[in-house]
Amino acid sequence: MAAPEAVRSPAGNAANQTISQAGSAMVQFQGVQKAYQAGRPAVDNLNLSIDAGRITVFVGPSGCGKTTSLRMINRMVEPTAGTITVGGRDISTIPAHQLRRSMGYVMQSAGLLPHRTVLDNVTTVLRLNRVPRAAARARAAELLETVGLSADMGKRYPNQLSGGQQQRVGVARALAADPPILLMDEPFSAVDPVVRAELQQELLRLQRELAKTIIFVTHDIDEATLLGDKVAVFATGGRVAQYADPEEILRAPVDDFVAAFVGRDRGFRHLSFSPGASVPVHPAPSVAWDGAALMDDGAAAAGLRPEAPGADGSGWRLAVDGGGRPLGWLAPGTAGTPGTAEAGGPLVPGGSLFHAGDPLRNALDAALSSPSGLGVAVDGDGLVQGVVRAPEVLAAIEAARESRTAEGQTPEGRG
Amino acid sequence: MQWFLANLPQVLALSGSHLVQAVVPLALSVVIAVPLAQLARLNKGLGAFILSAGSLLYTVPSLALFVILPGILGTKILDFANIIVALTIYAVALLVRSTLDALNSVDDGVRQSATAMGFRPLQRFLAVDLPLSVPVLFSGLRVISVSNISLVTVGALLGIPSLGFFFTDGLQRNFPTEIVVGIVGTLVLALLMDLVLVLLQRLLTPWLRTATPAPTAPTATPTTAAQPGVAA
Ligand SMILES: Nc1ncnc2c1ncn2[C@@H]1O[C@H](COP(=O)(O)OP(=O)(O)OP(=O)(O)O)[C@@H](O)[C@H]1O
Ligand SMILES: [Mg+2]
Repeated sequence: MAAPEAVRSPAGNAANQTISQAGSAMVQFQGVQKAYQAGRPAVDNLNLSIDAGRITVFVGPSGCGKTTSLRMINRMVEPTAGTITVGGRDISTIPAHQLRRSMGYVMQSAGLLPHRTVLDNVTTVLRLNRVPRAAARARAAELLETVGLSADMGKRYPNQLSGGQQQRVGVARALAADPPILLMDEPFSAVDPVVRAELQQELLRLQRELAKTIIFVTHDIDEATLLGDKVAVFATGGRVAQYADPEEILRAPVDDFVAAFVGRDRGFRHLSFSPGASVPVHPAPSVAWDGAALMDDGAAAAGLRPEAPGADGSGWRLAVDGGGRPLGWLAPGTAGTPGTAEAGGPLVPGGSLFHAGDPLRNALDAALSSPSGLGVAVDGDGLVQGVVRAPEVLAAIEAARESRTAEGQTPEGRG
Repeated sequence: MQWFLANLPQVLALSGSHLVQAVVPLALSVVIAVPLAQLARLNKGLGAFILSAGSLLYTVPSLALFVILPGILGTKILDFANIIVALTIYAVALLVRSTLDALNSVDDGVRQSATAMGFRPLQRFLAVDLPLSVPVLFSGLRVISVSNISLVTVGALLGIPSLGFFFTDGLQRNFPTEIVVGIVGTLVLALLMDLVLVLLQRLLTPWLRTATPAPTAPTATPTTAAQPGVAA
């Protein structure tokens, strides 16, 4: 995540002003209530302190008051009771339009102005702040690149972009005036899973550079635990059931509601927080593959073990290209002799890859998703490092759990 | 045709005054109806009142209005102002409703995101709501423009100059050619106005003309919402 470990501790070093502020409360809810109609309030007695420079995720089932809580921060919704402070100031004393210009807002349907070009959409807040047009456009063009769009997209209208691209423009627009706070309401929920994963990674990358105070609403617990430095799990009726870092929410849900919401896979999800470096990586039973046939000389790259069929217990062999990247698996007994064109038939597609530095979750998934039962480990450049075995990943998981228990971090009592 | 060519100067002069009597009320009605419609949006009670007042006014027969207005306004019966005021009343009565539809057609998500960016209410209305309501607004305007062109001819009964003069005059002289010239002239004016409005709308909505169809691009045809039929 954005903040290195040192930043998380209360800053003793005043060396860097922005860093020393990170982690202090930026937005505070104090006894906040919102009742749209008399009777059951949408948000009730909300007390929450949101850290500066971090991503805080509001997660919970539909209708539990996440959007309402978020919109109270920029006064799109006025609370019926309680106070909200931003940077220590009671926001009810700040003119609404001024407050809003100090916060970026991204919502599910990007909310781009359809009658303005992409570039002019991004300049909107700057223009509201009376930044001269030329300067605003220059800044906007820069921002388009920052969010991974080419500058010539600026001339298009929003209806000429894909949903994912619109979402990027929405993020660029929210960042334009360089606000310290970003409010994001399910910004990635209307795009397909592949684009969503991409946008999530981009957000994390941006956040590493920008260190904004981001409040992110989602109903997807995976997204919440991936993005959040802290996660607030909302229960129906606008009550915050648990407010903690994602690792703790997965490991130790405070009550049945949170446990149920976090879901049946939470044990598996929690593996995202255990480093995978302890899993042993074995040399891969591999053959070089030129796209259609076995190549003559076995692969020589490190971590590869040129092998005759059946040498490994499983009999599966990993096909790699000349550079050492994984291509797929050859089922036992399907491969012929080196250099034979018809050898092997089609490759069986491989499973997910276990990248160096990935947590245990990825190691286990690599092993479980591989047709051979051997998870392919690759380095940063995508070159095969070797294979991991599911039983050994489980052993590593067990070891991690034991070391946590030794530290007193059990669901029942945390030290 | 010969008669038409011989009387060309008169045809042009009457067309000119006809146009003025049709266009000025149209322009005035936009200026009046847009704020009224926004008021109606902001205040439901007031909105209901404005809409029923509009419907009521629209049921007053045009000839009656032309005759009554001088008494109310203190104008002479042959004054252009009578026609202008009367047609403005009709146009506003119609346009308030279509403007309301037009403003309601603006995507609420867009409105909210504009608010979230820090537009002030009036700023947002002018920069976001109004431009985005142009397509629906203009389909209303086109109906009213045609209705105005035809209503103007009624003024000829009172002797106010317009192409309607050819109807009354031709009828009195039992001279069909003149009536035909009047009808064709009125039609041409109506088509001309419509063309101008269509061009103006295209000019005001460049984003609807974006050629390259993106996967999600909506069709560029503006919604021509069904309008209540207009009787002249
Ligand atoms: N403008 C409104 N007027 C009346 N009730 C509202 C309004 N907005 C929200 N509510 C109600 O308040 C409750 C909380 O709504 P909110 O939009 O905050 O939920 P949410 O957690 O964002 O849900 P979702 O995940 O579906 O977006 C809901 O019961 C909703 O019906
Ligand atoms: Mg919501």
